[in-house]
Amino acid sequence: MTLVEVKNLQHLFFSNKDYTTALHDVNFTVQAGEFVSFIGPSGCGKSTLLSILAGLIEPTAGTITYHTADPKIGYMLQQDYLFPWKTIEENILLGLKIAKKDDPKIVHDLLHAFQLSHTAPLYPSQLSGGMRQRIALARTLAIDPSLLLLDEPFSALDFYSKLLLENFVVKTLQQFQKTAILVTHDIEEAIAMSDKIYLFSHRPGTLIQTFIIPEAIRALPPFDARNHPEFQPLFQHIWKELEAHGYENIT
Amino acid sequence: MDTKTLHEQFNAHQKRARTKIKILQLLLLVCLFITWEMTTYYRILDPLIFSSPTAVFQLFISKISDGSLLPHIGVTLLETVIGFLLGTLMGTLIAISLWSSTTFAKVMDPYLVVLNAMPKVAIGPMILVIFGPNMMAVLVMATLISVIISTIVIFSAFQQVNENYIKIMQLFQANKFQLFRHVILPASTPTIISTLKVNVGLSWVGVIVGEFLVSSQGLGYLILSGFQVFNFNTVFLALCIIIVLATIMYKGVEMLERALLKKFNIG
Repeated sequence: MTLVEVKNLQHLFFSNKDYTTALHDVNFTVQAGEFVSFIGPSGCGKSTLLSILAGLIEPTAGTITYHTADPKIGYMLQQDYLFPWKTIEENILLGLKIAKKDDPKIVHDLLHAFQLSHTAPLYPSQLSGGMRQRIALARTLAIDPSLLLLDEPFSALDFYSKLLLENFVVKTLQQFQKTAILVTHDIEEAIAMSDKIYLFSHRPGTLIQTFIIPEAIRALPPFDARNHPEFQPLFQHIWKELEAHGYENIT
Repeated sequence: MDTKTLHEQFNAHQKRARTKIKILQLLLLVCLFITWEMTTYYRILDPLIFSSPTAVFQLFISKISDGSLLPHIGVTLLETVIGFLLGTLMGTLIAISLWSSTTFAKVMDPYLVVLNAMPKVAIGPMILVIFGPNMMAVLVMATLISVIISTIVIFSAFQQVNENYIKIMQLFQANKFQLFRHVILPASTPTIISTLKVNVGLSWVGVIVGEFLVSSQGLGYLILSGFQVFNFNTVFLALCIIIVLATIMYKGVEMLERALLKKFNIG
């Protein structure tokens, strides 16, 4: 079942002097329950795309169709952005409170499922970076979103926490049967976590290639997927494609 | 040598250093008073103008015992507290109204710049004429002097709230009021409290100038009336009391700041 359909999306940024085409002719669909990644260099318009999908920015042209009643979007950012003046419990409850559906049970169940019940009365500053990102995921899941947008959520973490959190996120999304779009510039992360990878070109951002991840890699948690014999060849393949399109050319 | 002894030595050393500073600070104060006393006693400085610590102290005792000093202190203290609370409160409210409408904020911008640049005490006589020679005029003066700068500082704090916090609230489809209540206000609380600290000082300026103008009661009135009859003992007495009270008030707000920051888990 198709959850989101994006057609002929175009977005321009205007300034006094001129304009930049951030996105040009972007077309794709995301199936319900699917985990899709967008990879591409910094500044290729990936985050703009997420903001448009989330409804924070109105695209210059094109349509986004959600095939679900009352689509709700969850968003995870590079950093957790937990509110430091609220306890963990209040942070997770906030979205529900604003929707006037505040039910502490949802929060307690989530914290329990994440094995973080003990953190409920604590403040974000008392938690480690990895724990805070898990809480941020819980806050996102609390409102029961139909689509989760992950904007490089692991980029601010140390390597060890990043690997653990990748596993945790994939497991959680499967458990809650969520559809997710991940934006990253980390090829390994994209292969290890996704079902499908879309490759973005540099400005103007447009989709230039699609990679379907083999079933064998998909079946494994991200950490084990990295050790699968098919992982490295696929990585090399995508790497070559990236080079062929002239970016990663930092020299 | 074990680590425990080393730690004790470290603590003892730190404590000695702190005590040394305290002693030097106290010594400086004593020196200042002794110099003041000596120079006026031996007429190096004219005691008629510079008074002397003993004369100020004697006046203090006599004015306390005949009950003529306390009402002045009470009035000034009350005006200052109300002035700085009103200044901060009104500054916050105006900042909220600016924040709630971008158009309003943009329209008001040049007016705020002008009002901020204008020396508020210059319109003191106008205030006196409008409100009459009473406590109201002093309060207006004290409030006016701090309200514009509070507005500007607090409004810019509202604008500097991390946009990702706002993004998260937008995704929750929060309305403007919810955004303000859950994010903008708590994120700006440290700034609001620090303006409170600045406003204590500004309110003292407003109150003293106000009392100069109204000239009926208060420590500012004491300074002015003392000056008019060339009684500089009174002037210095009022000045010393102002210094002590202003310092106590500043320290009080500083303690309040620490307590509030701890409560809101910020800072």
